[in-house]
Amino acid sequence: MTVAPTRPVRPRVARGLAGRGAANLALLVVGFAFVIPMVWVVAAAFNGTAGLSVSWPQPWTFDNFRAVLNVETTYRPMLNGLLLCGGGTLVTMVGAVLAAYPLSRYRSRWSRPFLLTILFATGLPITAIMVPVYGLFVQINLIDTVLGTVLFMATSALPISIWLTKNFMDGVPVELEEAAWTDGASPMQALRHIILPLMWPGMSVVAIYTFIGLWGNFFVPFVLLLSNDQLPASVSIFTFFGQYGEIVYGQLAAYSLLYSLPAVVLYLFLARRLGGAFNFGGAVKG
Amino acid sequence: MTTVQLEHPHAQRRRTLVRGLPLAPAVVLMLVFLLGPILYCLYSAFTDMALTGSSETSFVGFENFRKIFTSDEFGRALGYTLFFTIVSAIIGQNVLGMFLALTMRAGGPVARAVVSAVVIGAWVLPEVVAGYLWLAFLGEDGPLNQILGFLHLPTQDWLFSLPILAVSLANIWRGTAFSMLVYSAALSEVPREIEEAATMDGAGTIRRLVSVTIPMVRRTIATNLMLITLQTLSVFGLIWTMTRGGPSGASTTLPLFAYQQAFQLSQLGYGTALALVLLALGGVFSLIYLRILRLEDGVR
Repeated sequence: MTVAPTRPVRPRVARGLAGRGAANLALLVVGFAFVIPMVWVVAAAFNGTAGLSVSWPQPWTFDNFRAVLNVETTYRPMLNGLLLCGGGTLVTMVGAVLAAYPLSRYRSRWSRPFLLTILFATGLPITAIMVPVYGLFVQINLIDTVLGTVLFMATSALPISIWLTKNFMDGVPVELEEAAWTDGASPMQALRHIILPLMWPGMSVVAIYTFIGLWGNFFVPFVLLLSNDQLPASVSIFTFFGQYGEIVYGQLAAYSLLYSLPAVVLYLFLARRLGGAFNFGGAVKG
Repeated sequence: MTTVQLEHPHAQRRRTLVRGLPLAPAVVLMLVFLLGPILYCLYSAFTDMALTGSSETSFVGFENFRKIFTSDEFGRALGYTLFFTIVSAIIGQNVLGMFLALTMRAGGPVARAVVSAVVIGAWVLPEVVAGYLWLAFLGEDGPLNQILGFLHLPTQDWLFSLPILAVSLANIWRGTAFSMLVYSAALSEVPREIEEAATMDGAGTIRRLVSVTIPMVRRTIATNLMLITLQTLSVFGLIWTMTRGGPSGASTTLPLFAYQQAFQLSQLGYGTALALVLLALGGVFSLIYLRILRLEDGVR
């Protein structure tokens, strides 16, 4: 935030203070409204007799966590999720970094149309193409395979990742590379030894952003994976529903907290590292 | 940094190819998994393809589309989709996001930090979890009714009485952070001097906002509207978790409708035709926003 220049006359200072008070009040009201829905999940997770209504945990207990922390309910879905989203993020990053290099370094009459297509593809409603993707996966025998799901998840994240990575790469001065070229390095060597080390912070932003997106994605694995032992955490959360008749709300809440944890922790890491509003605003300037 | 070189056109073309080579993995993936399905969509939407597999698929022309545009169910789903998109994205997320971004500029550091943490927290939570939170929040004995009861206001089961409004509220809660971050970034680039000058000229807060600040970020607004519209058109997990499209279809938006037709009723051809309509709807919205942006360019 920039420091506001000194304001001229006194009445304005008074009005500024009143304005700030009103702004703070408005912010707190909105913040309160945003927090209320979250109260239930925290209260219910520690409640031995949780239902849908919010109540102070009675008795206070870790039983819900104890009940869900087993291979079947938590560890395997989490591991599956890690495999799918980690694998997807890896594929996305490799594809995005390689693609960003020529887009950032060479001018060609193909660059602009390509980038516009990429930008358009970032907005493609993935939900709309899941039906044909299912049909395609059945035909080429990729349905219910981790590999197929990883590849599709990676591809769905590619357009925005390429876009962001290219923007970050544009920030690395080309002069450094020219020196390397003079010394006989190939473009790929320059990319590996000069650009990548310099744009490490930017790449971690893109990678974390991609991972969080995939981790929360429910529809893609829901459609593409069928066998229970391959389902990631986002889909297996539905096992708390119906299967045994009644929903065990306390356990559902405990599981929700555990499942949300990686995304929240990664975001906190990102925010700390880059001071909050990380620079995807730049990509949306239009 | 292009240097003008006189080269044989052939050599030049080869150089372009070699240079473009690193694009190959990403391009191949996108061709296979994004363009492929879209083309497949275009094909199967004109067939009577069914999931049951057994019989062969035959070409049925525009039959699926005729069925879509004459069905009441589609009309309702389209209506719900438009309501959901306009209320939760174009009005809700957009206005609240701008309000928060503006208010944060005026507010103190503590309030700013607390509110952005909470709002972004709602965004970072996986959509299924957000769905459960709202399921509990709006339920018959949920916090909202507890609060209303405490205030002696009438309570009701929101997911039954107003399901589409309920899921729209949940989507505002979940998606506002995106607009807030985008607008905060854009507003931080508006020079304070210009706003100060407007204040000196006697413009009030509202007047300054409407005539100075907002016009300066209007391009960001159009782009952000396009992005959140497309995101909201394809929301599935949130609605599915909260209502499964019910009760009796009263929150079935197009993505849920297509899913039900294709996977639960095994009408793959009909489902892909619906998906195509959804894509087209996204295309129409994009064209409108791009048109607005282009008009802008023309004016300047």
